[in-house]
Amino acid sequence: MPEYRLEMRDICKSFPGVKALDHAQLKLRPGTVHALMGENGAGKSTLMKCMFGIYHMDEGEVIYEGDKVQIRGPLDALNRGIAMVHQELQPIPERSIGENIYLGRYPLKGGFFVDHEKMYADAARVLEDVHLDFDPRAKLGTLSVSQMQLVEIAKAVSADCKVLILDEPTSSLTAAEVEALFTIVNELREKGVSIVYISHKMDEILRISDEVTIMRDGQYIGTWEAKELTTDFIITKMVGRELSNLYPPRENVPGEVVFEVEDFTSINPRSFRHVNFNVRKGEILGVAGLVGAQRTELMEGLFGLRSHTSGTITYKGKTLNIKRPKDAIDSGIAMLTEDRRATGILGVLSIADNISIASLNQYLVGGIMLDNKKIEQLVQDNVAKMSIKAPSSKTLIQSLSGGNQQKVLIGRWLANDPDVLILDEPTRGIDVGAKYEIYCLIAELAAQGKSIIMISSEMAELIGMSDRVMVMCDGRVTGFIDGKDADQENIMALATQFE
Amino acid sequence: MSKEINTLEKKSLFAGFWNYFKGNPIVVMLTVVCLFVGFTRENFFSWNNFNNLAGNTAIRFLIALGVSGCLITKGTDLSAGRQVGLATCLTGALIQRSDAIGKLFPDLPEINMFVVLGIVLIVGAAIGIINGLIISILNVPPFIATLGTQTIIYGSALIFTNAQPVGSFQRAYSKFVNGAFFKSSEAGGFPGISYLLIIAVIVGIFFWFLYNKTRHGKYMYAIGGNENAAEVSGVNTKKSKMLIYMTAGIMYALAGYLLAGKAGGANAGLGTGYELEAIAGCTIGGVSTTGGIGTVGGILVGVLVFELLKIVLQFLNVDPNLNYIVQGLVIVVAVALDIRKNLAKK
Repeated sequence: MPEYRLEMRDICKSFPGVKALDHAQLKLRPGTVHALMGENGAGKSTLMKCMFGIYHMDEGEVIYEGDKVQIRGPLDALNRGIAMVHQELQPIPERSIGENIYLGRYPLKGGFFVDHEKMYADAARVLEDVHLDFDPRAKLGTLSVSQMQLVEIAKAVSADCKVLILDEPTSSLTAAEVEALFTIVNELREKGVSIVYISHKMDEILRISDEVTIMRDGQYIGTWEAKELTTDFIITKMVGRELSNLYPPRENVPGEVVFEVEDFTSINPRSFRHVNFNVRKGEILGVAGLVGAQRTELMEGLFGLRSHTSGTITYKGKTLNIKRPKDAIDSGIAMLTEDRRATGILGVLSIADNISIASLNQYLVGGIMLDNKKIEQLVQDNVAKMSIKAPSSKTLIQSLSGGNQQKVLIGRWLANDPDVLILDEPTRGIDVGAKYEIYCLIAELAAQGKSIIMISSEMAELIGMSDRVMVMCDGRVTGFIDGKDADQENIMALATQFE
Repeated sequence: MSKEINTLEKKSLFAGFWNYFKGNPIVVMLTVVCLFVGFTRENFFSWNNFNNLAGNTAIRFLIALGVSGCLITKGTDLSAGRQVGLATCLTGALIQRSDAIGKLFPDLPEINMFVVLGIVLIVGAAIGIINGLIISILNVPPFIATLGTQTIIYGSALIFTNAQPVGSFQRAYSKFVNGAFFKSSEAGGFPGISYLLIIAVIVGIFFWFLYNKTRHGKYMYAIGGNENAAEVSGVNTKKSKMLIYMTAGIMYALAGYLLAGKAGGANAGLGTGYELEAIAGCTIGGVSTTGGIGTVGGILVGVLVFELLKIVLQFLNVDPNLNYIVQGLVIVVAVALDIRKNLAKK
């Protein structure tokens, strides 16, 4: 029997403009829990998606039970005994628990009819195996999110797997549910299953895992026995990258406080709560946190995209009443959203239309017609200022690269001349060259006296650009660090300060 | 329909033709068929036939313009045909001569036809606003919302007319709707340019400005392109959608007003199925069902293709029952080709 159940060697995977995996590797022993750690974007999920056949790697090989294999897709992986619980759940809430567990592999009667009796009997047994007391005929949607997550784990276990990938399985579980999960994990380990465990929570990792592999920037950093590790050591290895001058120099000194948020709380109890912070004129406030820290939700709340129960927003001493984005825009706030595709670009429309859409009110003639000459001037100014590379302003935005799309969207907001700019992951999915251009633009805007709130999951970017860093964890602000003192360790310590 | 085609590869006449054909195969094929019919059948190239085509197209074009806003914002309006029907009934009831036998409202004096037009348009706008409210405030999907309102409107029209046809209109009105500029007084002379055609042209120009030159138009395309992004950019998407469905209601009302006079009578069933023809015309004309795309010129071409096809089939003496099959095939083929064109671009 080979020493390793599964080995991934020299895995490389590129997406347009990004090298997500750069000779990554992973070796799983049978009957062990192997923690996979790294910052957001280190390539953990990408590596797992390669193992599970969702992505096809560009280079590298997978050795499974001693043989070199090629995993063609999730179904192939499942047939070989590799199962995965995804970070983002993919359930069908309107169907029953049993149907969700056997989705895609329903037991059949006579090769045509679904054998419901057998399916529900099997599902009941699977649920019992993982100590869950749910009726398999109940709708999945009647469960809470954490219960759904446990069902998802039951589904993976039901595949009788030899390798089980758990991608952030505890992100929405309560303490008691985490204990239940650990019981299941321990039982599976005793049965000889190899478990890959991805989590940001240090205490969990140190408690449950046998071995730890750390990744950084898509590269393999090393593998250690869990019992010889400390939290500090892991953090250092996870973030220990050298900072070169990838960022433009900052020339201005922030002025007086102009934008204040007090006791801002979401209507959703698990989202942002009792948030207090302020931003100065000409300041860049970085916002750090792990996935699920509710940073985006907080900013969407401030911008009127989400509802809040309590809290006040003050701008230059005036209390703002923001119910919808239009109110925020009229008050001089702009927000570059995180998901360019879903809430940013108007794909089938031109660059010109995309730049002008938020500021058409300024170009009305007689209240009805638009002054197209002035709009074209605005568009040309922006295309030049941002050095947007495109054949013409009539080009459809969907045909541009991510970096150029982002510049168009920044142009959209600058056309409104806002005083407060909320930038949510402004450089996500953008290649290095375009990133630097966007950093320069942000620094210049701050120098002009605009207040900037920048969410980023890239530590280096936060440290390189921010005057101050606000750190969030699980919906709360856990601290502020001065830009000069911020380093990856003290940010990470605040970002993992769970209650 | 496709802007790039003309600028691409102007190598030779043939290459240019081939590119145009690839971009607009249905238009090219129909043109060829028209030429064939024109040279093999008598009276196809005649003013009478042209006026017949123009009259039919004008009314369908107005309805298609109305529904186009709904389609561009990823909605639809299944109540279009019934709204047209109700508008014909309302027009008919208000414009009946005082000596009409079985007059619907015997005590009603003769009302000026333009006052009637105003009333009909206001009612159309009100119905459109109701559609818009259901869609944008109650968040009912447009398909379902208008599926519901179309039967309500049909029922209202039946009750309003006691399910009887309404006829005997004021002469001035009939003359206006069926009238023409530059009409020759001699029998068999130049039949003139019909007022219907003029009205359609004016409304078409108005919509071109609305779609291309106004904030409302930009917002409409933005909502169709990405409603969430439009909302984030400060567009009041609910208000925009209300306006779009209201404008649509006004267009159906105008079409109904003209149709009653053209048909010489009104009944609740008039306009049945027009919404489907209008949607078909729009999609043939390049209005994308996934939203954000559509031009007034394209819509005109789409409607024209459809009406021309009907006339061509008539001239070729095709079995009227077969007509439906041919029309259906044209819709499916045209949209399939159009989608292929967009797929290839990606």
